[in-house]
Amino acid sequence: MPYPFNEAAGLALSDAYEQARDQHGLLRVRLAYGEPAWLVTRYADARLVLGDRRFSRAAGAEHDEPRQSEARRTNGILSMDPPDHTRLRTLVAKGFTVHQVEKLRPGIRDLACALIDELMAAGPPADLVDRFALPLPVAVICRLLGVPERDRPRFRVWSDAALSTSSLTAEEFEASREALRAYMRQLIDEHRRSPQDDLMTGLIDARDCDDGRLTELELVDLCVGILVAGHETTATQIPNFVLTLLAHPDQLVRLRDDPSLIPGAVEELLRFVPLGSGAGFPRYATEDIEVGGTVVRAGEPVLVAVGAANRDALRFEAPERLDIERQGNQHLGFGHGVHHCLGAPLARVELQEALRALRLRLPGLHLAGDVVWKTQMLVRGPRSLPVGW
Amino acid sequence: MAWQVEVDGRRCMASGMCAGMAPELFVLAGEHARPVHGEIDPGKVGGTVLDAADSCPAGAITVRDAEKVIGPRP
Repeated sequence: MPYPFNEAAGLALSDAYEQARDQHGLLRVRLAYGEPAWLVTRYADARLVLGDRRFSRAAGAEHDEPRQSEARRTNGILSMDPPDHTRLRTLVAKGFTVHQVEKLRPGIRDLACALIDELMAAGPPADLVDRFALPLPVAVICRLLGVPERDRPRFRVWSDAALSTSSLTAEEFEASREALRAYMRQLIDEHRRSPQDDLMTGLIDARDCDDGRLTELELVDLCVGILVAGHETTATQIPNFVLTLLAHPDQLVRLRDDPSLIPGAVEELLRFVPLGSGAGFPRYATEDIEVGGTVVRAGEPVLVAVGAANRDALRFEAPERLDIERQGNQHLGFGHGVHHCLGAPLARVELQEALRALRLRLPGLHLAGDVVWKTQMLVRGPRSLPVGW
Repeated sequence: MAWQVEVDGRRCMASGMCAGMAPELFVLAGEHARPVHGEIDPGKVGGTVLDAADSCPAGAITVRDAEKVIGPRP
């Protein structure tokens, strides 16, 4: 069956997922490039494949990985297994724990309010993406990592290309990746000359002082990965959450009346909104393993559709209903297992503070024009979202 | 001297990080992770258990040597 299922424009979850979830065994799918794969759509199966070390990301290097675009992505830390993965992950993990990012919350709150001031001065109507959803996480990750915010227009282009599924040829993709690496190498050189109180300096210390812990290319790719992953998804989810809440006025009213519901609302929106255009980053079985009634043979790839697993009725009551007061909401929006999103605690704080600022300052927020959707990207969401208040 | 390993069930967000990284030391049981053994031999798996404590996004894993907290590392 051809894959992915979801329409690029919009946030709907394709009906094909529901059929796949209800059917015994796993579905066999084929992407535009690479070998066919098994597709996991149920919650329990998703947790098994993402959490079990018998499934490998690194093994993909020896295979023609199923993928949406021609270029092979070598995703650094996301293409590694323990113990290599652990070596890199432990270097960066401590900067992103709940404890650490809570210290950033007051600054993020102020930033969100300042952006709303500028947005209000500019409109209505104003583009929520360009004036709020994008600059907020960009500023946060730039400060944390040690990248100048004024360079946003430059790395924006490279970052878009990194997540593109489009007509970019392998050569174009490669060229863009090298440009972003060159940019990061230059910043790393500057940090080496004058160390700062930021994550990049910390990683450089780990590279230069703790011999063998980190290669220079790993250092560069870690910084690139943190910069790209550190803003694109959050910037996309802010307008996605706004659109989803506007489409569920009863839930929006509950949230307006009671700000203590914000953290739970963020979790529910992370569950409910299928961000990806389709599942990516296949896991390769290293031995024969039964998953959901299908024996996956050693050497076969499995794709995990977390958006579908997050609507599995066996795990979530009334899964198609957006319920911001849902309890026990262990969604897979940030993935699961060793590759569980490094920035999850930071994303949570950013999303909570974004909703808080919008609720407080723009209680009458509404659409004020046509949504322009991103297309041909790994993540779905508005490219621009005109709003009034 | 054995080290003590604990997972705080109130903080644990079931990311699956520890159980994925060190399945011989942690297991995801329903809603939360728990250590397979409450005490571990630091000579054998001390490095792994500290890596897991360092990597937990929720900071839910605590490693103690006698009364002293040694993981997550500062």
